[in-house]
Amino acid sequence: MPDLSGLYQEVILDHSKRPRNFRVLPDASQQADGYNPLCGDKVKLYLRLEGDRISDISFQGAGCAISTASASILTETVKGKTRAEADALFDAFHALVTGQPLPGDQHPPLGKLAVFSGVSEFPVRVKCATLAWHTLKSALRGGSEVVSTEGSGDEDLAAR
Amino acid sequence: MATSTSEAVAVEGREPWDVERIREDFPVLRQTVHGKPLVYLDNAATAQKPLAVIDAERNFYLRDNANVHRGVHALSERATRAYEEVRTKVQRLLNAREAREIVFVRGTTEAINLVAATYGRKNVQAGDEILISAMEHHSNIVPWQMLCEEKGARLRVAPINDRGELMLDEYEKLLGSRVKLVAVTHVSNVLGTINPLPEIVALAHQRGIPVLVDGAQAAPHLKVDVQQIDCDFYAFSSHKVFGPTGIGALYGKARLLEAMPPYQGGGDMISSVTFEKTLYNVIPYKFEAGTPNIAATIGLGAAIDYLERIGLERIARQERELLVYATESLSRIPGLRIIGTAREKAAVISFVMDGIHPHDIGTVLDQEGVAIRTGHHCAQPLMEWFGIPATARASFAFYNTQEEVETLVRSIEKVKEIFQ
Repeated sequence: MPDLSGLYQEVILDHSKRPRNFRVLPDASQQADGYNPLCGDKVKLYLRLEGDRISDISFQGAGCAISTASASILTETVKGKTRAEADALFDAFHALVTGQPLPGDQHPPLGKLAVFSGVSEFPVRVKCATLAWHTLKSALRGGSEVVSTEGSGDEDLAAR
Repeated sequence: MATSTSEAVAVEGREPWDVERIREDFPVLRQTVHGKPLVYLDNAATAQKPLAVIDAERNFYLRDNANVHRGVHALSERATRAYEEVRTKVQRLLNAREAREIVFVRGTTEAINLVAATYGRKNVQAGDEILISAMEHHSNIVPWQMLCEEKGARLRVAPINDRGELMLDEYEKLLGSRVKLVAVTHVSNVLGTINPLPEIVALAHQRGIPVLVDGAQAAPHLKVDVQQIDCDFYAFSSHKVFGPTGIGALYGKARLLEAMPPYQGGGDMISSVTFEKTLYNVIPYKFEAGTPNIAATIGLGAAIDYLERIGLERIARQERELLVYATESLSRIPGLRIIGTAREKAAVISFVMDGIHPHDIGTVLDQEGVAIRTGHHCAQPLMEWFGIPATARASFAFYNTQEEVETLVRSIEKVKEIFQ
């Protein structure tokens, strides 16, 4: 049976109530918008890239506890990381929340991201957790289109 | 486990109201979800089906299955008779003047698309207007937007007040000479608002404008009388009136249906076909191309029989009691705000909670066995009007109980504990 306390861990509740790096980044070099049309969650990511490295990152938006906490912890996690490191974290995170963990030697240490392990028990909430991460990918690509969770590859898990 | 919503209300010539007895007709309600008894409060999305409906569909396939309006053999005659009997049942349910005014479609959405594609294409031209309300479901917005785009026409929107009621004076002001059709919902799927249809229709008819009514949320709750409403089109879905999915009906005044071009081309909608010219069948068959969803139609007939056996007036009374009880109970929860407080309301309650997203409410409630809907309810413009991204929505049917309302309230307290 899925466990609510596994989903809403203290760290997640804390980040959803007091999101970190929740601001506009005036000197952002990239930004991207993410949108979940099924529940209305919106996130806007601001990044400052210095060379290949994310030197600063912030976000704005409105969403459920899972999507807000995910965006908040994302900003803490990828700050100071290179593009390649951020991509690897995306893969590891996606594997974690969809319940298909990569073999141990294939992913970087999850760190705080591990608090999202409970999401895999709640398939309709996977997109809440991945919205900010799909948006990060778009921002790193320099994408100008709004990222939608529809078409993200997670849509079979749609929460309608 | 549940108690009756109102103990033993004796109704003339009827058994006292016994909700436990009624719940026995709905096998799906007898289950646990995440270890808790299921509390199904998502009836506005789709209603559960009584055994009578499930059996009717099954028995059709077991005994009578054949195509309709085709063969001379016994099974085809039986299937055709059963299918057409349902048309008469729908006529009676809506109090339509004639059975040929009932067109079978896949559901409300297809009914509205049918009118847009036939009546709309024929009668709406560049510069014309179609008037809807601010509380419409996407299915009563998008078909008109598509038509307007195709024709260079304009979609106008009659506003609502803070309670979620249509502003009749503003609506009347929008009824200009360019308006070719009014399309409005009977009951709002988000707010529960029951619109004053006789007034809405009369104001439009004074100017010669026909009115289409989206009855998807009304048919399960109210006794609908299309002659009294005097609307020109009325659409509803079987699955919301305790029947199967994939079938619904469009009522249209015969005079209008006859003047409309056909919808889809194919078998059954023709009277003769040559490669040079096709003569179309009479109404309603002109609009029913191809083999219909016969089994589901038979199921819809069983649902109508079931509803009439219980009595739509009694259903309305039980639901009103549930609505009052649930509204009072939810209003006492600090930080909870009900969206949609119309004076005339069906048993639908949308709500939001301070600092807690509806999505999170839905997940916690699900763990308590309570099924509600969260999201924008296919009414994004309405959400925008209220300045909220989404709501949580509990929607009731006559098989719900006061005890289930209490479980809902207790589960919401649990939500608050987690997110405090």
